[in-house]
Amino acid sequence: MAIQEIRRPARAGAPRPAGRDGGSPRKRERWYAYGFLSPGIIGLTVFTLFPVAMAVVMSLYDWPVFGERSFVGLDNFRYLLSGDPTFLVSVRNTFVFTALFLPLNVLLSLGLAFWISKSRWRGFFRVLFFVPAITPMVVNAVIWKLLYQPGGVIDHYAASWFGIDAPNFLADPGTAMLAVVAMSVWQGIGYNIIVFSAAIDELPQSVLEAAEIDGAVGIRKFLRVQLPLMSPAVFFVTTMTMITSMQVFTQTYILTKGGPGDSTVTMVQNVYENGFVSRDLGIAAAGAWILFAVILLITAVQFLAQRRWVHYEH
Amino acid sequence: MSTESTARLARPGRTVRTVVSHVLLGLVALLFLAPVLYAVATALKPPGETFTSPPSLMGSELRWRNFADVFDYLPFQRFILNGLLVATVGTVVVLAASSLGAYAFARLRWRGREGLFVVFLATLMVPQEVLVVPMFILMQEFGWVNSFQALIFPWAFTAFGTFLLRQFFRGIPYELQEAATLDGCSPLRTFLSVMLPIARPALGVLAVFTFINYWNSFLWPLITVNDINSLGTVPVGLSLFFGQNGDHWHLVMAASVISLVPTLLLLIALQKHLVKGIAATGIAGR
Repeated sequence: MAIQEIRRPARAGAPRPAGRDGGSPRKRERWYAYGFLSPGIIGLTVFTLFPVAMAVVMSLYDWPVFGERSFVGLDNFRYLLSGDPTFLVSVRNTFVFTALFLPLNVLLSLGLAFWISKSRWRGFFRVLFFVPAITPMVVNAVIWKLLYQPGGVIDHYAASWFGIDAPNFLADPGTAMLAVVAMSVWQGIGYNIIVFSAAIDELPQSVLEAAEIDGAVGIRKFLRVQLPLMSPAVFFVTTMTMITSMQVFTQTYILTKGGPGDSTVTMVQNVYENGFVSRDLGIAAAGAWILFAVILLITAVQFLAQRRWVHYEH
Repeated sequence: MSTESTARLARPGRTVRTVVSHVLLGLVALLFLAPVLYAVATALKPPGETFTSPPSLMGSELRWRNFADVFDYLPFQRFILNGLLVATVGTVVVLAASSLGAYAFARLRWRGREGLFVVFLATLMVPQEVLVVPMFILMQEFGWVNSFQALIFPWAFTAFGTFLLRQFFRGIPYELQEAATLDGCSPLRTFLSVMLPIARPALGVLAVFTFINYWNSFLWPLITVNDINSLGTVPVGLSLFFGQNGDHWHLVMAASVISLVPTLLLLIALQKHLVKGIAATGIAGR
């Protein structure tokens, strides 16, 4: 499990071979290290550290794509929180998306992972459920857009099986977000199924057998034994899925373009439109920082809460 | 299969339950893949037969020509070649930069190593959305807007690969490295002829996921490519095609089916390492 990997106490330094403390090979090794690291350091400085610093500066400037820039202090943030017609809506939409997507995704992928793990053909099923996860998001979204069309497959079966006169899913403010969530869950569970499968494969058989002898079977065994043993994986999945779902963009952009009205505009779409449609890069940078702050805050809460429910063995 | 489950199969009640469970699981899997299958079916229908009541999988003919017609409507071969080029070069750069860096972090001794590694790790927290805005300015400064460089380099130096490979290198026994050093190998020789060959599985997993991330990437090409017809990759090309041909569903689906073939092939190639690879990396599919 990746989390355990990270949390394992790092070996203190590298064990140094005896008798090789001499000055010159030591120095040589250092220069090799700098040489080896230079592509990474240069790349990371130019393409990550510098842009981050610049994003701070830009968020404090009125910074059009073309033309004069001027310092405006916190005005960009103020504008987003009180003047921008879609920012607050986009925050709400992003939270609604996450609130629906996260639990559905985690529960379904956990359930399916357990179900699949009982099968002789588990390898096959895991690959099969992974297909949408590895397919370009644009392709997934375009396929689902076809399914959601009025007169399309979902529309037809909603009417003929359930007698529901289905709305135009993507054009109805009441269903558009649900439609986006359904497509996203379909796309996203394959990945989490794999992570859970890895955890299930590593459940210690001796503990499970001991639990069975003690009378823990079925749902009791699942809730009291297997789930606590897997809690690091559950934590990893919830945290990662939360982070990616706060960054939702491509699905909504293809399925609804944020509509109808602004009922599915997400925070990333707001950043994209402020920056590259309205061409106010300063406001876009400010929006991106708010998104980052929100993600950091939720992640921090999750890390604090994990002490209560995540058990690290070993 | 463990002995436990063979024992279970011997009991008739268990057998029935296993069969029922498998049939149900098969149905769920079929339902799960139905959108993709329906896309393939639609891609083979003649124009104007996309929506029928009741919905059908087969049109009046199997129209394979749709797959050729896609290339007449838009330069789709361009998008595919662009995507392959960007993803391949990007993957090579990522593998080179991160394996070199990972080796220095894992196996060379130098002052400031742990401190710099923390800086590397910290950059992993910054989401792409924060970076795209200043990155666009940077591309303007470099004169890279609307170029292959812009599609490749900005995302080729994330610390992720370095972190992943460092973990792997740390697991390689020191004795191998010692032996190479005693034989007079320089750190570079040791890296190239001892460490890299052993790290092949980790490099492979990193390569596949990096390739897929480049191939699937949408937001950045959308921002940095103006001339989609000549520099577009598959996702932006497909979305453009879709915008222009929203009612030509048979062609849109043909294009979609073509677009999911490369990743599907990689998935099949990767299948044996899927669980271990993802457990080790914690990436992909995002």
